[in-house]
Amino acid sequence: MSALADGLVQLRRYPSAVAGIAIIAALLAVAAWAVIAIPYGSALELWRGGAQWQQHPVNARPAWVNWFRASSLPATQRVASDPATVEVEEYPGARRLVIPIELDYDHREFPSELNVFVDAAYLELEPFLRMTWHTPDGRAIPLGGRRVSRDERISISQDLALERRLGALPHVALFADPAVEGRPRALPGRYRLEIEAVVFEPESTLGATLVSYGRVHGLAGTDHQRRDLLVALLWGTPVALAFGLIAAVGTTLTTLFIAAAGVWFGGWLDAFIQRITEVNMILPVLPILVMVGTLYSTSIWLMLGVVVAFGIFSASIKMYRAMLLPIREAPYIEAARAYGVGNTRMILRYMIPRILPVLIPGFVTLIPSFVFLEASLAVLGLGDPELPTWGKVMNDAQSESALYHGYYYWVVGPAVLLMLTGLGFAMLGFALDRIFNPRLRMI
Amino acid sequence: MNVQASVTQAGAREVVLSAEDLHTWFELKRWGMLRIGHVRAVDGVDFALERGETVAFVGESGCGKSSLARTLLGLHKPTRGRVIFEGQDLGALDAAGWRAHRARVGYVQQDPYGALAPFMDVRRILAEPLIVNGVNDAAERDRRIRAALEEVRLLPVEEFLGKFPHMLSGGQQQRVVIARALILAPTLVIADEPVSMLDASVRVEILRLLRDLQRARNLTLAFITHDLSTVRYFAERIFVMYAGRIIEQASVDALLDTPLHPYTRALLAAIPDPDPDNATHYKEIPGGEPPSLLSPPPGCRFHPRCPVAIAGRCEREDPPETTLADGHRVACWLHVGGEGA
Amino acid sequence: MAQPATDKAADIDGVKGTATIPLLRTENLVLHYRTERGAVRAVDGIDLTLAAGEAMVILGESGCGKSSLTKALLRMLPRNVAAFSGSVWFEGRDIMTLDEETFRREVRWVGISMVMQAAMNALNPVVRVGDQVAEPLRVHRGWSRARALEKAAETFALVGLPADFLTRYPFEMSGGMRQRAVLAMALVTDPRLVILDEPTSALDVLTQANIMNVLKRIKAELGTSFILITHDVATSSELANRVALMYGGQLVEVADAAHFFRTPSHPYSELLMASVPRLRDTHEPVHIPGQPPNLLDLPAGCRFADRCPKRFARCAEPPPQTFDAAGNMSRCWLADPAHGSGAR
Repeated sequence: MSALADGLVQLRRYPSAVAGIAIIAALLAVAAWAVIAIPYGSALELWRGGAQWQQHPVNARPAWVNWFRASSLPATQRVASDPATVEVEEYPGARRLVIPIELDYDHREFPSELNVFVDAAYLELEPFLRMTWHTPDGRAIPLGGRRVSRDERISISQDLALERRLGALPHVALFADPAVEGRPRALPGRYRLEIEAVVFEPESTLGATLVSYGRVHGLAGTDHQRRDLLVALLWGTPVALAFGLIAAVGTTLTTLFIAAAGVWFGGWLDAFIQRITEVNMILPVLPILVMVGTLYSTSIWLMLGVVVAFGIFSASIKMYRAMLLPIREAPYIEAARAYGVGNTRMILRYMIPRILPVLIPGFVTLIPSFVFLEASLAVLGLGDPELPTWGKVMNDAQSESALYHGYYYWVVGPAVLLMLTGLGFAMLGFALDRIFNPRLRMI
Repeated sequence: MNVQASVTQAGAREVVLSAEDLHTWFELKRWGMLRIGHVRAVDGVDFALERGETVAFVGESGCGKSSLARTLLGLHKPTRGRVIFEGQDLGALDAAGWRAHRARVGYVQQDPYGALAPFMDVRRILAEPLIVNGVNDAAERDRRIRAALEEVRLLPVEEFLGKFPHMLSGGQQQRVVIARALILAPTLVIADEPVSMLDASVRVEILRLLRDLQRARNLTLAFITHDLSTVRYFAERIFVMYAGRIIEQASVDALLDTPLHPYTRALLAAIPDPDPDNATHYKEIPGGEPPSLLSPPPGCRFHPRCPVAIAGRCEREDPPETTLADGHRVACWLHVGGEGA
Repeated sequence: MAQPATDKAADIDGVKGTATIPLLRTENLVLHYRTERGAVRAVDGIDLTLAAGEAMVILGESGCGKSSLTKALLRMLPRNVAAFSGSVWFEGRDIMTLDEETFRREVRWVGISMVMQAAMNALNPVVRVGDQVAEPLRVHRGWSRARALEKAAETFALVGLPADFLTRYPFEMSGGMRQRAVLAMALVTDPRLVILDEPTSALDVLTQANIMNVLKRIKAELGTSFILITHDVATSSELANRVALMYGGQLVEVADAAHFFRTPSHPYSELLMASVPRLRDTHEPVHIPGQPPNLLDLPAGCRFADRCPKRFARCAEPPPQTFDAAGNMSRCWLADPAHGSGAR
């Protein structure tokens, strides 16, 4: 198709189109990478949340906030016990293990949480352990003792007894610099957690991991369920693009075909299509989507189907019809009838290609509007509950009062991505519009 | 001068197409429902075209000549009467029959740019009729496309195959249209004002090409035109149409040299040749306008404008068609019963 | 060749040539457009002289720049003008130097009016024709509606429209009637000059002849001057006193009608005349091989050279305008006095 090919070549002369294409290409690359790096199944699994996130902090900011801060916020630090440093003392019927875990902490800000994950191997008798916290300035703070089961999380931060004893949140008190008056500051240096464990079976072993939860995490931070928002931002990209693209292609092509068929056959079919369109145009789509979501299912694919179904008989059917009506009378159509072109071929090969170049800009700008629609639905709580999407992230942020708590990053990430999507397609679409609708071209 | 004219007289040739009492009316509706009348675009037309002859249907816009062309092409259904093409009544054709008919009639339109799909290149444009008419072998199609381009002298062929209509001049576009009309090897070609949108310097070229092709393939060529001045060189017989009817038909020389119908005379008088003396005198032209095809006047349809109308007769009775010497036929009361007034 | 005709033309021209100042004169009129593919040299140095009461035909094939010439004369310029220069004198006044407002008030429609191409299809469909015809009077002279309509009725009579057509809407009129109405709109302000751009090309033969009769009568009775822009050689002869043939943005021949239609000087004119089919002649028309030059990419030398059967070495240089004794111009090296046979 000459007009198409010509138009695409001309794109190079529009900087906005080049920028738009670059943005879209970047989004596509992200989408492709997300799908390859995190397969669909594991993305859903990750987003379901739970134990796999337990070593992630709650509501941590993105790591890049440190660029804008005088005192850097700590990231999460995990230190596992080294079997080589374990001291073993044999007793009759038991072994005593001394497991040192050293943590190099170099922030003046406190971690958000402090936990120890114990991995004990035993048959029947649970090991017993006692922990002592050694600060860089030589203080030793006993953290108490307890029996541990196989995979035990010892939540130091949530130890109310300890909190009472220390007079502050444990992860603050344990890191606090005693020399600082007033607002407490963390004391940088090497901390040591000494775990003294007694195991009662000859085969028993015990390992532990000390996790000092950070206040920043990764590129995107984490949410209230400790999930890394990057998963949602990454996976939201293919979901958004696919939704936008499928909805735009689905509605545009189907609408175009229906409009062309109506124009070509005319008569009652045309009248019927027009009446359906008119009825459909006054139906409120959003409330209907809310109803479908509330009463039936909020699966993204169902929503996509409903959006496409309503999009087909939209105002654009009227627009296409107006564009196709003169084409129906064009001499080349008459010539094609004279050499025997049938109805289907006439619609698909003679009528639709004639207006396709003019529709491409509109099509491109239609994609982000469907992306926004999907996000809006998710924000309204009608998003797919299983799928990590941009809208879902914003919905979570809203329901957790993110902005009230100052977790602006929770909203900024998906919002920026949505804006970039809109911007990329819009810049490309407007440039295409200038190329394919020459009347808009600057003279 | 006229080689063709002598051929016409050489004897009866096979009739390729004949129309008998052909009517093509269009229903005029209001609000999509109410019938408020008929546009009688073609209103009782009889003629026969012979194999290998070139004829011209001449008339002003709205005389029904384009509707007649479309009826012959099968784009309109006749309201009444019959079209018989190569012995077959078009009214009795089934879908397969129509397809075969369409392959045997070529169509050249007025506006060459509009007649070519702007999104198809020349190769595609010429392939389309072959594809829809069952030429499925790509190599065979390619061969025929190249042959067709050579025939209309778009040379070198290679250079034109990939071009889109907007890259071609008007004359070249019309050559592609002609190639498309001929690619299914029709026996009849209908050319509706084939040169009226082209520049003067190109017109002759296209008309000559059509004539050459007509001769080489022994085509029956029907021009639909309003331009009598080119007809002399490129047609053998002329049908003059007025308000949906053929009012006069004759060989070119007979019609141009001794026009019988007052309308034909007026038409000829109105056509100027480039002559500086034209500017020094007024033309004798009947005033008025062609009648509405919705309610044509009773009697002779030209009588309200006719300078020599016979009062009491022309406005009452339809003039019958009178055949004079040399097959010169005219529908005018002045010429009923003999050599005319 | 054709010496007698040239002499005759000289006589006629001699009578006119010594008359008063010309009604319209242009000198090196240039109108170039800017497009994405470069400059379109649509009007590329036009020198025209039109005497009062004279009808000049500007002939040319499509794309030769003839419609742009009318735009340049009436200064109805599109936005993408790359160059607009030269001089235009109307009734002895240099109208190129007028500012837009003065031009609009004192020249356009007052001195020079125009019938645009396909203007009959550009009438406002929801305004009665009489009001549309009267509009220029109300705008330019500030007349009341009644007075303007009275004048419109007079003009209707002039172009052969019954007065009751004043109250009709455009769709209630045939093409020929609308063309007459458009003509009335151009004449209603009694302009000295009317520019007609393809006034009859969309009309039927009989209607066309009727309109040409109307134009002839107006020219004879009112002494209005006309510039008729057309590609139709035969029809143009109905009105022409002089003919200017345009090719590739330039005039290649400007001659008295008798000279041009009988014994054209320029090789392009000869070929063009030979390409016109004639009803009352048995010579088959010829065609001009090749295509008109692209206004985006005009040849350096004679613009017709590549299609010209008479071209010779000299044609690689742009030919100057050469005038014969009768004042007929030919832009051809063959007409150049320096060329062999001398004066032509």
